[in-house]
Amino acid sequence: MTMLHNSLLQRWPQLKQDRRAVIAAWLLIALALALLPFVTDAALGRSWVRIVDFALLYILLALGLNIVVGYAGLLDLGYIAFYGVGAYLYALLASPHFGLHLPVWAILPLGALLAAIFGMLLGAPTLKLRGDYLAIVTLGFGEIIHIFLRNLDKPVNITNGPQGVNLIDPISIAGINLHQTQQFLGITFYKDYLYYYLFLTIALLIIFICIRLQDSRIGRAWVAIREDEVAAAAMGINTRNIKLLAFGMGATFGGISGGLFAGYQGYISPESFILNESIIVVCMIVLGGMGNLFGVILGAILLTTLPEALRYLGELQQWLFGRIVLDPADYRMLLYGLALVLMMLLRPAGILPSVRRKRELQPTPVVAEHEKDTVYDSTR
Amino acid sequence: MNEFYQHLINGLVLGSIYALIALGYTMVYGIMQLINFAHGEVTMMGAMICLTVLNAMLGSSGMPHYLILLLGMGTAVIFCMALGFTIERVAYRPLRNAPRLAPLITAIGMSIVLQNIAMLMWGKRPLNFPDIIPIARFEILGAHITNVQIVIIVSAVVLMLGLWLLINRTRLGRAMRATSQSPALASLMGINPNTIISVTFMIGGGLAAVAGVMVNAYYGPAHYTMGFMLGLKAFTAAVLGGIGNVAGAMFGGILLGLIESLGAGYIHKLTFGFMGSDYQDVFAFMVLILILVFRPSGLFGERVGDRA
Repeated sequence: MTMLHNSLLQRWPQLKQDRRAVIAAWLLIALALALLPFVTDAALGRSWVRIVDFALLYILLALGLNIVVGYAGLLDLGYIAFYGVGAYLYALLASPHFGLHLPVWAILPLGALLAAIFGMLLGAPTLKLRGDYLAIVTLGFGEIIHIFLRNLDKPVNITNGPQGVNLIDPISIAGINLHQTQQFLGITFYKDYLYYYLFLTIALLIIFICIRLQDSRIGRAWVAIREDEVAAAAMGINTRNIKLLAFGMGATFGGISGGLFAGYQGYISPESFILNESIIVVCMIVLGGMGNLFGVILGAILLTTLPEALRYLGELQQWLFGRIVLDPADYRMLLYGLALVLMMLLRPAGILPSVRRKRELQPTPVVAEHEKDTVYDSTR
Repeated sequence: MNEFYQHLINGLVLGSIYALIALGYTMVYGIMQLINFAHGEVTMMGAMICLTVLNAMLGSSGMPHYLILLLGMGTAVIFCMALGFTIERVAYRPLRNAPRLAPLITAIGMSIVLQNIAMLMWGKRPLNFPDIIPIARFEILGAHITNVQIVIIVSAVVLMLGLWLLINRTRLGRAMRATSQSPALASLMGINPNTIISVTFMIGGGLAAVAGVMVNAYYGPAHYTMGFMLGLKAFTAAVLGGIGNVAGAMFGGILLGLIESLGAGYIHKLTFGFMGSDYQDVFAFMVLILILVFRPSGLFGERVGDRA
C-alpha cells in the first residue's frame, strides 16, 4: 500500500491534469466508501448501516438480473428463486439443522454453482422460444421454488417448512467472526460494519466483472441478441448457448448474494423469497436504467433506501393525526407497480439510460411516421 | 372407482373455469402476440366486485337471491370489460411500436397495481362468498355432484359456444380473425384494428369476471392474490391447447383441470407418500414445461416455435 502510494506521489507531477483529476476522484470515492458506515452510523444510527448493507445485497442481485434483462433482454420474473437457492444452501450447510458447519468459502461457490445449474435447467427448454414464455415460466418457477421450500419438511425434513432455518452460522473470514465486534488499530468495527466491507468487496468485484463482460465478445453477443436475434444468429452467434450463459451467470450472482444474505441475517424463511421480491429487483433495473451498470446500482440504492425513508411518513402521520392514516408499507408495492408502468410509458430507458438501450427503446421516428395509421409492424 | 369419478367431475369443473380465463389470454395473444399478464388480476377483480355487490344488496333489499346473484355477476362482467379496455388503452396501446420487453414490463406493472389496489380496497383477509345458494347434491356413478358444479359446467359451455359462434359466424368475429392474421391487411379492408383489439380485451375481461365469480362461489374465499395462480394456470391451459387458438384454449383448460384434479388426488399414491396435495400447484407448471419442451405450439397450434 505504501509502495503504491510512494510511486504515485513521485509520478504525480508528471501526470497530465485530467489524469490527476481522475485519480483524485477515485481516491475520494474510495475514501467515501470506506468511511460510509461510520458516517451513516453517526448521522442516522446503526439501523441505517444495516439498510446500507441490504442495499449492497440488492445491488448484487440487481447486477445479476441486469445481465439477464439489461444485456440479453430476457425478462426473468423468478429471479429471487436463485437467491433463495443460494440462501437455503448456505443455511443447510452451516447451521445446526443438519449439524453441518462448512466454511463460507466452500459454501458460496457451491451455492453459485447450484443456482447456475437451476438457471440452466430452467433456461434450456424456454430459451429457444420467445421472451414472453421465459417471463411466464420464470414467474412460475419462482412460485414453485417457494412451494417446495415451504413444504419440504415432510416426510423428510429438508427445509424445515414455513418456520425456515434458524441459528445459521455467521460468516467468518480468516478466523474473524463477522458477527462479533472487532477492534483494529484502536477502531471499533461493529457487526454491520464488518459485513459492509465484505459486501462492498464482493459488489466491487462483481461490478468489475460486469464492466469487463460488457465489452467482451460475450457481452457484445448478448446485446446483438437483444437487438435482433435473427441477425445475431446470422452473424454466427449460437444464440441459445449465449442466452443460456446470460441466464446461468445471472443466476450465479443471485446464488452468491443469497448465501451472503443467509449468513448475515442468521435465519431465513420461505417468505423472503416470494414473487414481490423478484418484482422489486426488476423494478430496480427498470427504474435505474436497463443495461447501464450505474443506473442499475442507483436503482437498487433508491429502492432499498426510499421505503425506509417512507417509514418516517408513517411516524409523521402518527405525530400529526395521532394515528397512521395511510400505512406507507401498504403502498410500497402499489408504487412499484405504478413506477414500472410509468417508466415504460414515459422514460423507457430509465433514470440513467444506457446510450445504446435508449436508442433501442425509443420507436424509430421513421417507422412511427409510416405506421401512424396502421396498428403495427406486420413483419414482427 | 367412485374416487376416480369424483376427481373427474372436480377436474371438469376446475377445467371449465380455467378454460374461461384461458380464452382471454389466447384471444389477446392471437391478435397482438402479447401475453396479458394482468389478466389473472382481472379475474380477481371480477370476484371482488361481485362479492361487494352481493354483500351490499343482501342486507338492504328484499330481492330474491338469484336476482341478486345475476345483478352481482352482471356488474362484475361490465366492470371487468371496462377494466380490460382501460388496461389495453393505458398500458399496451402506447407501446405498440416499442420493443417486446416494454409491454411485458408494463403488463407485470399493471398486474401489481391491480393487486395492490384490491388489497387496499378489500383488505388482506380472504373474503367468503355469502351463503345464498342452497346446495343440492346429486349422485352420478357413485360420485357426488352439486348444483353449483352443474351450473358452472353448463354456463361455461354456453359461454364458450357463444364465443365460438361470435368468432365464426358474425361480422365482428370475421374482423377479429382477419386482424389476428394481419392487422395491416385487415385495416386495408376497412377494419379498424384498434377497435378490434379493444373488443377483444373487453370480451376477455367479461369471461374472466364470470370465472372469478365461479372460483369464489365454488372454491371459497376471494383474496387479492388469487389472480396470480389462476392466471398462471389459465396461461398454461392456453399454451397447452396452442396459444392463439380459441378452441385449443377451451380444450386445454379442461385438460389441465383434469390433470390437476387427478394428479392432486393420486399424487400421494404415486410418490409413495412423499408428496401431498400441497403440491397441486406444481402440476400446471410441469405441464407448461413439458409442453414447451416437446410441443411448443401446443396440442392444436399450427404456428412454429418462434411465432407461437
